[in-house]
Amino acid sequence: MSEALEILFTASFWVAAIRIASPLIFATMGELICERAGVLNLGIEGIMVAGAFSGWFTVYMGGDLWTGVLVAAMTGAMFGLLHGFLTVPLGLSQHVTGIGVTLLASSLTYFSYRILLPEVTSPPKIEPFQPFAVPLLSDIPVLGPALFNQTPLTYLAYFTVAAVALVFYRTPLGVAVRAVGENPAAVEAQGISVTALRIGAVMAGSALMAIGGAFLTMSAFNSFFFEMINGRGWIAIALVVFGSWRPGKALIGAILFAAFDAYQVRLQQITGGVIPYQIFLMMPFVLSIVALVVVARRATYPKALMIPYQKGER
Amino acid sequence: MDTADLPEAETVLRLTGITKRFGALVANDHISLALKRGEVVALLGENGAGKTTLMNILFGHYTADEGQIEVFGKALPSGDPNAALAAGIGMVHQHFALADQMTALENIVLGTRPLWSFNLGKAQARQRITQLASDYGLQVEPDRMIAELSVGERQRVEILKALYREARILILDEPTAVLTPMETEALFATLKKLVAAGLSVIFISHKLGEVQAVSDRVVVLRGGKLAGERKTSEATRRQLAELMVGGQLPVNEIGPSTSREILFELNNISTRSVGGAGLNGVSMQLRGGEITGLAGISGNGQAALAALIAGTLEARGGDIVVHGQKTVRWSPRAALDCGIGRIPEDRHATGMIGDMSVAENVISEAYRSPRFSRFGFLNWKAAASFASGIIKAYDVKCPSPEARVRLLSGGNMQKLILGRALDGDPDIIIASQPTRGLDVGAVAYVHARLIEARDRGAAVLLISEDLDEIQTLSDRIAVIHRGQLSRPSARGELSVMELGELMAGHGTEAGASHAA
Repeated sequence: MSEALEILFTASFWVAAIRIASPLIFATMGELICERAGVLNLGIEGIMVAGAFSGWFTVYMGGDLWTGVLVAAMTGAMFGLLHGFLTVPLGLSQHVTGIGVTLLASSLTYFSYRILLPEVTSPPKIEPFQPFAVPLLSDIPVLGPALFNQTPLTYLAYFTVAAVALVFYRTPLGVAVRAVGENPAAVEAQGISVTALRIGAVMAGSALMAIGGAFLTMSAFNSFFFEMINGRGWIAIALVVFGSWRPGKALIGAILFAAFDAYQVRLQQITGGVIPYQIFLMMPFVLSIVALVVVARRATYPKALMIPYQKGER
Repeated sequence: MDTADLPEAETVLRLTGITKRFGALVANDHISLALKRGEVVALLGENGAGKTTLMNILFGHYTADEGQIEVFGKALPSGDPNAALAAGIGMVHQHFALADQMTALENIVLGTRPLWSFNLGKAQARQRITQLASDYGLQVEPDRMIAELSVGERQRVEILKALYREARILILDEPTAVLTPMETEALFATLKKLVAAGLSVIFISHKLGEVQAVSDRVVVLRGGKLAGERKTSEATRRQLAELMVGGQLPVNEIGPSTSREILFELNNISTRSVGGAGLNGVSMQLRGGEITGLAGISGNGQAALAALIAGTLEARGGDIVVHGQKTVRWSPRAALDCGIGRIPEDRHATGMIGDMSVAENVISEAYRSPRFSRFGFLNWKAAASFASGIIKAYDVKCPSPEARVRLLSGGNMQKLILGRALDGDPDIIIASQPTRGLDVGAVAYVHARLIEARDRGAAVLLISEDLDEIQTLSDRIAVIHRGQLSRPSARGELSVMELGELMAGHGTEAGASHAA
């Protein structure tokens, strides 16, 4: 048992946890922005696939790593525009549209992969982002390397959380985005376009989701595989609820989930096959369901979430 | 209010020939209207007269099909709330346009700064809000969440929103519908201060008393048309009422009650909260031959009480006694089997199913009876003839029993519900907000049927937020506040102000929960 506990105090465990958390942080912030504006974005899973591929492919074709991130973000924003256009001005069901966007984005990506790289058998590799040790901060025991000896994309993830929180609670734009998810009529009565605000939020959120996907191909790994997103988008949706639609709490949720995930891999090794490994694989998900039950029942969700707003309707 | 000493007041707003059609319905038919500086104009009319449509056009929520709007001498582009705001028009909607999970301050500053600026300017905003609040008697705490505020406070936030943007013309849509009598007084005082400061106010209402109390001029709309315009000081209540209704006001005679035995009783009932408050140790008795009125501000447990009696909400303790017998398992079916006639609060949400036919809707409470089904198969003929019977007896305007309910007007829908609820002469009737949103004619009709039921010996519980209605109809009045009932008073025993005090929760402790 003590062995199991010791894992928690190793730097390598926390390094892995933060690495696993990074794409989740991007995706969760992206989903959070969309939902705070009143639009559920189930396109997240597919948008992450598209982001993972487009970012990676840009670099594979000779682009700079940051150009790859930018291309991924723009790809995500385009799918966000599609989702926003269908759900905001047209007011279609956000569930159905979102699932459609996920299917479209992932199928289109796999199709593009086949068309663009017809003759490859094993996935080609790129030179991914390398860890960068922040001077001084990375020398703190255990937490230093975990938090501050990561790739630049992880630092971008931290920055994203701070930026989202800052914009939400400290700027007129953030107040407007929160208000449009609570009561779009209030926003319109103050002379702001509900449509523009919501589509903008969905595009920005989708761009972050795509960067989350790109993290996998450009930072965690160095090539693109099918099925590599593997449900991370759906987890992000649960994390938004777990975080009660607040950026800080959602960040904690993402790190917790990632820590469970990193922990179970290490537990598998010490229990040495006595317990079937599937039990360990299941653990983060079971724990997240338990956490949701405990935390999310009291959460106050955005009042206008999933309710299309039609101007001039009573 | 006194505009005499001002130099001939300028016209701040002029509507000319405004017309708006929704399909075949002409909601506004060539309406013209002028508003002067420092003046309160009441826009009087029944539900559906076109008041709200007109104001939504003015504010840019709708686009007029014809007509012009001029504000301070300049044409106002149509269909653009931003232009209306910029021109100095502020609107206090009947359904508040506030975001609940945000603070009052955030709601007020929303949209007042460029979206891409980096600063909310909270400190400055807080200072200005406090100043405006003290100038005009609009006390609110800027940093509290809207969800924590009372309805009256939310309305003050709405008014502050407009003032914060330096509105010169303030439109209030049915502002008193949700207020206690004291809050209404305070609102009127605020309006007087605003007008004294040179603002102009359009006050939309269908309540004559308020219109007379607050306005300088009354513009009456009827059926989408301008029915007349009067100086408030020169018009009698009766004249205004007749302009509004377009004829004689129907009057219901209500005779003395002949109370009989207790038919329905609640003993110390508590429930979880529903739409605001739950019930908290409520006891009440309904006697045959009496209308018991339940007054209160919405969200104080009325919904819980109605749901409890209808059987859709479980009691957490206490007894329900029907016809002297304690009930064991209370459910919607049990309520129906006991012969309780139910008129639900929200016609559209719980009263009727819009996409089903009239016939399907009227048998929805009795489809199991052998009258309408045999061996589990519906007898459509019987259903249709039952529906036709109700259509005839209750004077429902509808093409046929097969018509979809959603095509009916609110008044006709309510008549169907009445027909369904009163079928078979139930001796216990629960009427929740039975006249909300109905025009005067339909209101009189509903009242007449309730009085009729009472006169034949039924026990009627009338739950209403309209204090006038409660006072007119009820033989006994109880007030509900935070899920507790006041001691019931006999007709005329308490004044409007005294009832208002109880509605606001002053003095409930003394007589709490002891409805005799």
